[in-house]
Amino acid sequence: MSRAPRRTTAPFGRRAAEVTQAERLGAYVLISALDGGGPTDPVPGQFYMLATGERWGGGTDERPYLGRAFSFARARPDPGGLTLQFLLEAIGPGTARLAGLEVGDALLLVGPLGIGFDAPEAPQHALLVGGGIGVAPLLGLADSLEGAPGATLLGFRGAAHAAAGELFSSQPQIATDDGSVGAAGLVTDLLAPHLEGQALDARVYACGPPAMLEAVRALCAAAGVDAQLALESGMACGFGACFGCVVPTRDGLIRLCLDGPVLNADRLDSALVPGAGH
Amino acid sequence: MDGSVDLCGVELGGPILNGSGTFDAIAARRVFGAALDREFPFDAFVSKTITLEPRAGNPPPRLWETAAGMLNSIGLPNRGLAGFLESDLPQLASLPVPLIVSVMGFSAREVAELVGAVSERAEVSLIELNVSCPNVETGLVMGADPTETAALLDVVRPLAGKPLIVKLSPNASAPEDVARAAEAHGADAVSLINTLKGTALAPGRNRPWLGGQGGGLSGPAVRPVALAQVAAVSAAIELPVIGMGGITSGAHAADFLSAGARCIAIGTESFRDPAAAGRVRADLAAIIRKEREEI
Repeated sequence: MSRAPRRTTAPFGRRAAEVTQAERLGAYVLISALDGGGPTDPVPGQFYMLATGERWGGGTDERPYLGRAFSFARARPDPGGLTLQFLLEAIGPGTARLAGLEVGDALLLVGPLGIGFDAPEAPQHALLVGGGIGVAPLLGLADSLEGAPGATLLGFRGAAHAAAGELFSSQPQIATDDGSVGAAGLVTDLLAPHLEGQALDARVYACGPPAMLEAVRALCAAAGVDAQLALESGMACGFGACFGCVVPTRDGLIRLCLDGPVLNADRLDSALVPGAGH
Repeated sequence: MDGSVDLCGVELGGPILNGSGTFDAIAARRVFGAALDREFPFDAFVSKTITLEPRAGNPPPRLWETAAGMLNSIGLPNRGLAGFLESDLPQLASLPVPLIVSVMGFSAREVAELVGAVSERAEVSLIELNVSCPNVETGLVMGADPTETAALLDVVRPLAGKPLIVKLSPNASAPEDVARAAEAHGADAVSLINTLKGTALAPGRNRPWLGGQGGGLSGPAVRPVALAQVAAVSAAIELPVIGMGGITSGAHAADFLSAGARCIAIGTESFRDPAAAGRVRADLAAIIRKEREEI
């Protein structure tokens, strides 16, 4: 069986992309940047190490210092290269810098890195499950699956974050913690009914906070449904050099930047990665 | 201008190495493809430290970002000597530069066994003794005081068929005394600094963040310490010195060479930009060219 490769190799070294758009979306900022020096075919689920060209360092606690790993949301070939979109929320010193980028600023990046999602095998249903900022890598996947059978299920804290749901053209079902948009509850409440009765012809693609991923993993394991989970772990380098981002799997500790961030759920006893979500 | 450098009889194309454990060339080939070998940024490649037996390394979390630097608590994960010789060494041997293998043992006998086995391999140009990794409980001992270092070299030196580099720990009261002992007992070069011992507490909790409890500090934050120790050690011994610690630019590299280093190494900066060493090399060459023009 032939499959599209899940890893597009990266140019060696860090390069600068130019920010072409910075759009506020509720609690998030969607940054678009034109990358003239990288491949035009990154795989959804792959990520880039990001830093700003200016004012990187010397912020809160004299940070940031290291790059920040972000899966791209969308990638669109354009004259002059590839327009990459990243969904950002100002949480710490690094994300605050990135979310504050303006049109014309330099976005430093290394990538694409890691391995992305496996495309579903027709007539398999694709169930996309995203939580919070974790909806980002599902965008490119959803675009590539347009018209294919399946569903997109998204969970957010409230209306400010649910604004990111507007990026999807696949008419997502939405759940919010406070019920301000869509159903009140968790995205896994939306997933459960989809897993009944079609165990053999569905695959779940999930990205979100550790507790959500663990709930998805457990639901899929119980239903006997394949799942691919895009995990997160603190990374210094993103290309296998630092050995810092290891996560426990059934085969021992693996470097998430190299053998992930997308992992088949059956490799994990738990998606609760130590240190993730910090 | 010929920028070549002699390191213990091995001719290098230039003075730039990587710090052990800061660049995995095998992983980088998967990520960057053929571009890695084509644009290889180091003049010699130092392997990640190997031990006699395989090690899984420390439990996560293993990283903590600090002011202008980072703490790591990796714990020397590696395949062990047999796995290294079988699967890693052939891949590292095909890199376009000389290979330095870093070894660490928990006793002089273990180090001797590693050095003996690695010495037999023609693909290896030099051997670095990691006697200063602060991440493993007993790792401090052999590099922490001159007597221990001398005793280790007395066991290991006769078995070494390659030049030996001793990597000095900055967590010693006087690294220059350890360097003198290394010189007197048969080392061919020294490298420094390894990471500085440090720790961080989990936010809002009164316990260490790192899975290995303590960690090692690296990055620009340590550069002044490194520069001072490189200068002190260079003044104390005649052996070539490989200087490292927070170097991010050609100007920093030039400082370390001025302090007496024969070679310099890029470590943490490669995490931020895998090609950083290539940039440092080009900038350093420009600085040296300019200095010569001004003479």
